[in-house]
Amino acid sequence: MKKIVILGAGTAGTMMANHLKHELKHDEWDIAIIDESKEHHYQPGYLFLPFDIYSPEDIIKSITEFIPKGVHFMNKRIEKVEPTSNTIELTDGDTITYDILIIATGAKIAPEETEGMKGAEWHQSVFDFYSFEGALALRNKLRNWKGGRLVVHITEMPIKCPVAPLEFAFLADSYFKHKNMRDKVDITFVTPLSGAFTKPKSTEALQHLLDEKHIAIVPDFAVQEVDNTNKKIIDYSGKEVPFDLLVTVPTNKGDELMARSGLGDDLNYVPTNRATLQSKNYANIFVIGDASNVPASKAGSVAHFEAEILTENILHYIKGEPLKEEFDGHANCFIETGNGKALLIDFNYTHEPVEGSFPFPGVGPLRLLKENRMNHMGKLAFKWIYWNMLLKGTHIPFVSATMQEAGKHFD
Amino acid sequence: METQIANITVDVNEEGYLTNFAQWTPAVAEAIAKDLNIMLTPRHWEVITYLQNEHKSDSPLSIRKISKSGVVDIKEFYQLFPNAPLKAATKIAGIPKPASCI
Repeated sequence: MKKIVILGAGTAGTMMANHLKHELKHDEWDIAIIDESKEHHYQPGYLFLPFDIYSPEDIIKSITEFIPKGVHFMNKRIEKVEPTSNTIELTDGDTITYDILIIATGAKIAPEETEGMKGAEWHQSVFDFYSFEGALALRNKLRNWKGGRLVVHITEMPIKCPVAPLEFAFLADSYFKHKNMRDKVDITFVTPLSGAFTKPKSTEALQHLLDEKHIAIVPDFAVQEVDNTNKKIIDYSGKEVPFDLLVTVPTNKGDELMARSGLGDDLNYVPTNRATLQSKNYANIFVIGDASNVPASKAGSVAHFEAEILTENILHYIKGEPLKEEFDGHANCFIETGNGKALLIDFNYTHEPVEGSFPFPGVGPLRLLKENRMNHMGKLAFKWIYWNMLLKGTHIPFVSATMQEAGKHFD
Repeated sequence: METQIANITVDVNEEGYLTNFAQWTPAVAEAIAKDLNIMLTPRHWEVITYLQNEHKSDSPLSIRKISKSGVVDIKEFYQLFPNAPLKAATKIAGIPKPASCI
């Protein structure tokens, strides 16, 4: 009996467990998945929790609910991976061996990387919304907040779901309007990038929305310190932005386990072949989702497209066949713009998001890079798709793993 | 597109970054720096050489990486290349603007 072990039962790991359960012969392969958590979080929901759009029940379910029968779930903490001997040491002293390892340990916030961020004001007037605890604390703060200077801030790239901070700013505008207190709130968006987004066409569309919603932008801001006493953020060139309420996206890092195991780069991301998803250093280790260093968005849709290609590649690897160099960095993201509307973007390593129709070329019904209600319905429907289709590895109809160029308006 | 920098024909993108490193020369660097109001000193050249070596080894560049490089600390990096130092320094070094992964 051969053994395939998946590290992490989040979005990517759970999808791989479901795919492999279908594809591998039960009498030849034992599939195990290890995670120290008992809960599965719908991470896109963190964006909606602070605004009372979702409740904790929308976001948290039992982790075992989505692990297929026949896959061995181990609720354990991992001490270390020893890639040279194909073993995993658990903190309880047990060791596990593997023939194939899939790393799906994700990324998380590391506020301690920035001086003063996790200081006296942490979760008082300085919040994150990239953790459940942060999003919940921020919801409670916003419920009673009387207004002032709201600063929405990105520390450094890469971050999970790179459009979420902008969405937060848009939803905040909408939230305060509904509470009839928009005139009491100044919203400023502070980013290390040169504009609202990294890709020119979307930056244009998003900048327009920022103007329309009276959200000021401070670009090229590389934060050095959060000053808790004077409530301001200061960048390396000496620029300062004062705040009454700071909603920051701290540095994101891969799991510490990668550092302990010597598998990660300086941000604990695992060096990975961007087309095959095989680890660059070990042939029998594959990496999926936020844990890898591939230059694609760290987002659930990316993990979903990767899972389809990685499953094929693991089957090729088992048969001793060459791997397919197929992953193109495909990402597909809804961007909430507030007031019941959303944008949709679809892009990959080489093509930036452009206008067009999706998923049917020329038909839609969704419109790329255009704000409308249909896209917002798509975003809300996505929660159902996530729990009922995505995690189970069900192919989303009409949406291919690699990006489709038809129906898009390239120059 | 093609343009003339320091009397040399080079290919650049719409933001003025060289698209073919083989066309880069120290004179091109001096000219781009001058355009950005930067006078290159030996310290600038140490940083530029470091950035070019990192680029050759396919290592993605970031402010964080610079801070851990041992070549220059961030305060000095900002003094050498004011405002947006990584963007200015890579432009002068003739390498692509670091793509902040999205």
